[in-house]
Amino acid sequence: MKILVAVKRVVDYAVKIRVKPDKTGVDTQNVKMSMNPFCEIALEEALRIKEAGFAKEVVAVSIGPSQCVDTLRTGLAMGADRGIHVEASYSFLPLTIAKILKSLADVENPGLIFLGKQAIDDDCNQTGQMVAALLGWPQATFASKVVVLDKDKQSATVDREVDEGLETLSVDLPAVITTDLRLNQPRYATLPNIMKAKSKPIKKMTLEDLKVDIKSDIEIVEVTEPPKRKSGVIVSSVDELIYKLKNEAHVV
Amino acid sequence: MMMIHRWRRSGEFVRSACKSLSSLRPEHNSMSPSVSGFVNRYESKGKTFQSNAWNDHNRELDLGRNLGMMQQYKSFGSSSASKVQRNPLFSSLEPKDVSYFKEILGDKHVIEDEERLETANTDWMHKYRGSSKLMLLPKNTEEVSQILKYCDSRSLAVVPQGGNTGLVGGSVPVFDEVIINVGLMNKVLSFDEVSGVLVCEAGCILENLATFLDTKGFVMPLDLGAKGSCHIGGNVSTNAGGLRLIRYGSLHGTVLGLEAVTANGNVLDMLGTLRKDNTGYDLKHLFIGSEGSLGIVTKVSILTQPKMSSVNLAFIACKDFLSCQKLLVEAKRNLGEILSAFEFLDNNSMDLVLNHLDGVRNPVSSSENFYILIETTGSGETYDREKLEAFLLKSLEQGLVSDGVIAQDINQASSFWRIREGITEALQKAGACYKYDLSLPVEEIYNIVNDLRGRLGDLANVMGYGHLGDGLIEPYVYEWTSKHRGSISAEHGLGVMKANEIFYSKSPETVALMVSIKKLLDPKGILNPYKVLPHSFFSP
Repeated sequence: MKILVAVKRVVDYAVKIRVKPDKTGVDTQNVKMSMNPFCEIALEEALRIKEAGFAKEVVAVSIGPSQCVDTLRTGLAMGADRGIHVEASYSFLPLTIAKILKSLADVENPGLIFLGKQAIDDDCNQTGQMVAALLGWPQATFASKVVVLDKDKQSATVDREVDEGLETLSVDLPAVITTDLRLNQPRYATLPNIMKAKSKPIKKMTLEDLKVDIKSDIEIVEVTEPPKRKSGVIVSSVDELIYKLKNEAHVV
Repeated sequence: MMMIHRWRRSGEFVRSACKSLSSLRPEHNSMSPSVSGFVNRYESKGKTFQSNAWNDHNRELDLGRNLGMMQQYKSFGSSSASKVQRNPLFSSLEPKDVSYFKEILGDKHVIEDEERLETANTDWMHKYRGSSKLMLLPKNTEEVSQILKYCDSRSLAVVPQGGNTGLVGGSVPVFDEVIINVGLMNKVLSFDEVSGVLVCEAGCILENLATFLDTKGFVMPLDLGAKGSCHIGGNVSTNAGGLRLIRYGSLHGTVLGLEAVTANGNVLDMLGTLRKDNTGYDLKHLFIGSEGSLGIVTKVSILTQPKMSSVNLAFIACKDFLSCQKLLVEAKRNLGEILSAFEFLDNNSMDLVLNHLDGVRNPVSSSENFYILIETTGSGETYDREKLEAFLLKSLEQGLVSDGVIAQDINQASSFWRIREGITEALQKAGACYKYDLSLPVEEIYNIVNDLRGRLGDLANVMGYGHLGDGLIEPYVYEWTSKHRGSISAEHGLGVMKANEIFYSKSPETVALMVSIKKLLDPKGILNPYKVLPHSFFSP
């Protein structure tokens, strides 16, 4: 079985981001970029499944500008067998990504598609679900516990973190799984693996190759910083507090 | 750094707060490749046996016997009172003095409150405690000048104080010296966004300066663990260094100018902002590293560097110390301008950290004898990465490196640093420790660890770690260091702790000249007495 893992190149989680003055987006010039932490976890899980003997190949895919190759190299250094870079000059919204992944799945025929539950730059939490819908495959999102595969029955058991607690699902393969924080702790990229990664192939593909319609119905109009937190006010009496709650905050 | 970790014996000793200020000052002589480490003593409850070993550097103590006595040493602060006498030529504080200070500073900035004084009288490690009855908080240079002029005329000894984060008892009174804390002088005066020259008052906290510069896209040329509390004036006065020294050099190079007030109240305006200025003797260098004994620094002009976004960190395992040294040479050669840190720790240190800190794991899967942290900082993300990878892969092929990992994001990088910076914290949890802040020629440094291991055997756990990139045991250690041409204080300065030990690292003629300069600039010796230079030169 082949596992396809989608990895996204995002602004590093530890960086203090700033909004561009023209409000078209976040400033990404001279800012450290890394693999989305949730994607790292997804890749780690895929590698563990392969090491357990349930899969033959782990393929990492990234969609975006040429620097995405760096992210793919990280994935290969962690242990992925090969990479696919879908060239795109600007960042797409989840539906477009989902369409691209669907086209890829039609070509590669994986038994599992792993994604991070969301990207830390847009926090959409939509791509995995959309891919599953487009493919007509079952989905298990926010996976938090070991994903157990049953080779004969061609299914997987996934624990999901939901509001009420943990939900255990059994999904038939092929399926889409999105990973949550507590699923695993991703491995480091060791020097021997980095060396091996240099000879692993990264295939370049274009949107034309995949025949994907990238027209989006959504347009980002403006990106602004959240309003600065106003400092609190110390009131001198209970009456003043009630007055403020009534007339200023309008909550009483 | 070398730690000697005593196996814990219940109830017999108290741990000192030997928290890690692991990234502190570099050795003064940055020409010699050397390792620097830490010295620390711990306080012990127990018998009141008092050792003379501190001031008697001629005594060869047998280590086994020495170790037995270690537990019984009192902290130097309390034993110093019996060794160093209060200079009778200094006056004692009188009410008229307090009134005068209140007149020039205002009531609010003359502190007699016992609680605040207790904090100001005690150093960061809780090893030294003075008995000052007065702390002054000047708001500007004129006030500092007036204070010193008055103190000089009255023969009142003073202690200049900044963030009070020093480790050698240099920032707190020994007896009743008046504390002059410059914490209120914390304004940034100017910043030139083209040249990167920052001019600020001495009381600015290092971290605040770093935050200010970050918004402009610049970084301070120094970084240390104490950055949340230490003042730039203190950093300059102690020639602090830390992690970035390997990249940007010492403060002697990055400080372009300073303003200082001498003992008689004279304001020396040496606050240049020029990188090149060959007009006369460059006096600011006297004040940099003088630990407040020649004058109080009130303003600093420092050259800051543009912030570079591409930072890479690798955690490497090496089989032996020789490989570590070779790796250092190759790193400097191959990584050159992008190398920004090179730290090492040995197996014992790694075990200690893994055992005592939570959420820490060995990045390298196998246990090795030595671990190295290599950091690069540059402007080209892909280019830097490729350079580091190529260098490490070559080292792997050549057998210099047995294993290693490269951090893939800032989170992983922080966890690598946590291991290195967590060593002192782990030591604190593990038990009492002796830390030695030594600078030695690189090839010698690990020999002292092995030597001590041989001598101490099972009695103690000896470990080594430090800034490999830049170089009671005590008399034994100092003599060993001196014999191998190292510095007894790589980073922390002499303070009160090593004032009498300077001869281990400097010749008598040099020290005599230092004393002459001190007497010229401060005839009455009121600035930070009992510190830096041997007491014998100044006792009446």
